[in-house]
Amino acid sequence: MRYEMPTTAKAAAGLLAKEKGRAFVLAGGTDLLVKMKAGVVEPDLIVDIKAIKGMKDIKKSAGGFVIGAAVPCVALSENAALTKAWPGVVEAANLIGSKQVQGRCTMSGNLCNASPAADSVPALIAAGAKVSIISAKGSRKVAVEDVTTGVGRTSLKKGEFVTAIELPAKKPKSGDAYLRFIPRTEMDIAVVSCAVNVSLDAKGMITKARVVLGAVAITALLVKDAASAIVGTKLDDAAKAKLAAACSAACKPIDDKRGTVEFRTEVAGVLARRAAEIAYARAGGKQ
Amino acid sequence: MHSISLALNGKPVHGQVEGRTLLVEFIRESRGLTGTHVGCDTSQCGACVVSVNGKAVKSCTVFAVACDGAEITTIEGLAKGVDLHPMQVAFKEHHGLQCGFCTPGMIMASIDIVKRHGKSVDEETIRRELSGNICRCTGYHNIVKAVQAGAANM
Repeated sequence: MRYEMPTTAKAAAGLLAKEKGRAFVLAGGTDLLVKMKAGVVEPDLIVDIKAIKGMKDIKKSAGGFVIGAAVPCVALSENAALTKAWPGVVEAANLIGSKQVQGRCTMSGNLCNASPAADSVPALIAAGAKVSIISAKGSRKVAVEDVTTGVGRTSLKKGEFVTAIELPAKKPKSGDAYLRFIPRTEMDIAVVSCAVNVSLDAKGMITKARVVLGAVAITALLVKDAASAIVGTKLDDAAKAKLAAACSAACKPIDDKRGTVEFRTEVAGVLARRAAEIAYARAGGKQ
Repeated sequence: MHSISLALNGKPVHGQVEGRTLLVEFIRESRGLTGTHVGCDTSQCGACVVSVNGKAVKSCTVFAVACDGAEITTIEGLAKGVDLHPMQVAFKEHHGLQCGFCTPGMIMASIDIVKRHGKSVDEETIRRELSGNICRCTGYHNIVKAVQAGAANM
């Protein structure tokens, strides 16, 4: 196995393009190294992107935030402006693993690892985040929901890698939230999770919503029916009941040791209701 | 093979490592510092925590080559001669260990917690922050007491 630590994205893309064997991109490594030790993957080339300029930076602009692909999740919570604008995203990223894991792991890695239970992914989708992807042939931007295509599968082509995640600027009177169910309090994998992002008008009516479920299908699910259930309401009990029903209806979970199909389906609705309440309150809505 | 140079417990160290050599393997096998333990090998248990450039890191999940140029402190680097670090003293005095397997990682993580949260860090914060350090003897009550006492003396 070859280990390379290029200092430019171009050089990294060149290394990935030239490699004939199995090439992997290394950011935090909290999934990749564990998989290597378990013998699940046997890389021929590892391209460590942490030395590339800008990869560990969080940049704020009028358009929002650009979060480099090697920014560890801990750094997100240390950024006051980001935490204020996107508390749900930051909370989700800081539920991954333990403190030491958060010191290494990245949202880009969480996304590209393509676990259905990835914590940061539903929150990023709810926020309307995009990813910047580069290869030797050029660069492109795609919505986060278009990256994961299945368990461990992404739409990234050979030689492509994620350089940054872009979060839009926070709209006035908007708020996001992320909740997950796990049987323990820390260090566990989501059994069900839900992210909600809402925008309100001056009277507290929801004008836009994005509702995303995690761990109940092969990828995170953007549930449009759930969003429609609360748009045009002040998140009254009837709207919350419709939201929960839409979320439960969208679930296509598996039975496993963490939870049954019935449990996941039920809890998806419960979490959606609770996450919506938090997001609504963060947007300045009063119930 | 890659050549790496780093500062290990304040001393310059040079070595040859393969790309896939883990930091914990370099510390234990190449340098013979076996105070850093390997428990789960999947970055869950925290027995392998060391300080890399002042931050607590699980050394079973970092390549040694990625630490080229870093300053690394292991459990062996805490005491000054015969004088133990205040956190080591606190673990001893408060019976913060039973079998001791998790102790190096617990102490390295605890020092990091105190650095970030200060001397009067509360119990809730300690318990949350130690979520990545597992004690197989389940001696958490005394560990938390030890961290609070150690924090006060740091």
